[in-house]
Amino acid sequence: MKVVIMGCGRVGARLAGLLDIEGHGVTILDTNTYSFRRLPAEFGGTALTGNGMDEESLKKAGIEEADAFIALTQGDNRNVMAAQIARHIFKVPRVLCRIYDPLRRELFNSLGVESFSPTTIFAQMLKEKLEAEPEEEAK
Amino acid sequence: MYIIVIGGGKVGYYLAQALLDQGHEILVVERDPARTQFIIDALGSVCIRGDGCEVTTLTEAGTGRAEMFIAVTGDDEDNLVTCQVAKHKFNVPRTVARINNPKNEAIFKELGIDVAVSSTNIILESITEEVPTHSMTHLMDIREKGLEVVELKIPADAKTVGKEIRELTLPPENRLFLIIPKQEKPHVPTASTVLQAEDQIIAITTPDSEEALRKALRGS
Repeated sequence: MKVVIMGCGRVGARLAGLLDIEGHGVTILDTNTYSFRRLPAEFGGTALTGNGMDEESLKKAGIEEADAFIALTQGDNRNVMAAQIARHIFKVPRVLCRIYDPLRRELFNSLGVESFSPTTIFAQMLKEKLEAEPEEEAK
Repeated sequence: MYIIVIGGGKVGYYLAQALLDQGHEILVVERDPARTQFIIDALGSVCIRGDGCEVTTLTEAGTGRAEMFIAVTGDDEDNLVTCQVAKHKFNVPRTVARINNPKNEAIFKELGIDVAVSSTNIILESITEEVPTHSMTHLMDIREKGLEVVELKIPADAKTVGKEIRELTLPPENRLFLIIPKQEKPHVPTASTVLQAEDQIIAITTPDSEEALRKALRGS
């Protein structure tokens, strides 16, 4: 599978590493070259400096042949805009998008952007952890 | 009309002022507290502090009863998202977004924004209008119909000078509205109108046929 990831933060870099190990073709975009330090040393994919909301940068990243696009910058709106460009302009079959704001996530999910709110997911997970027994190793 | 303006920078502030003068009901949403206070001091209580992309802020702003929603922040992604939230969550009938990167104009249309205004393109067009060598100027887009109104100048050495309109092969969907000769008064052209050097012509065309129109009128 050919995957384009926008945003080389902790999550982006880690995901890029995981997919790369499994043999997928990964291209990761970030506006700041310094962010690529987070990629694992053995990363075999492409790291490209560029803005994922810009059509030219996306084309350079191979969006036209991509099977999936994942928007993971710190800005909800940047993610939403890039995800919509990937989905509606470049017709990428699978587009995932991180949206911190739960209300915005709900809306854009209904507009065809498969999106996830770490806020909702993590809060729910912590609540469940709190209600369950403490984990063995943390005792 | 109740109009919400997102972004209280220079564009938002002067826009709000102009719309207030026209008698509209205006609310500006601005993120920066000091800027919000400045607008309240200058224009009255027509500004609230908040993030225009947050559903809660837009609820507080009464977006549900807004007839028009205009996003003029300096960030294209913020303008896009806030307009989409207004449109899809609050059913605002008309959304207008400012675009800073001209390349985004087509993308915004594709993503359902009613009007996308590119300040860069507007300035560029005003400049080309002033440059006499440029052969065709876009005056207006009639987006819903895919038509555009353009202005052309007939150069003194054009092969079409002295020809009647009926002798030209104009593309079928094109219409000539008005001829503004250098000396005489403007007139509506007929089939027997003779083109003169340095006539200005206002015409309606489509993006696909504007090149053919230019060739027909200038003979090259």
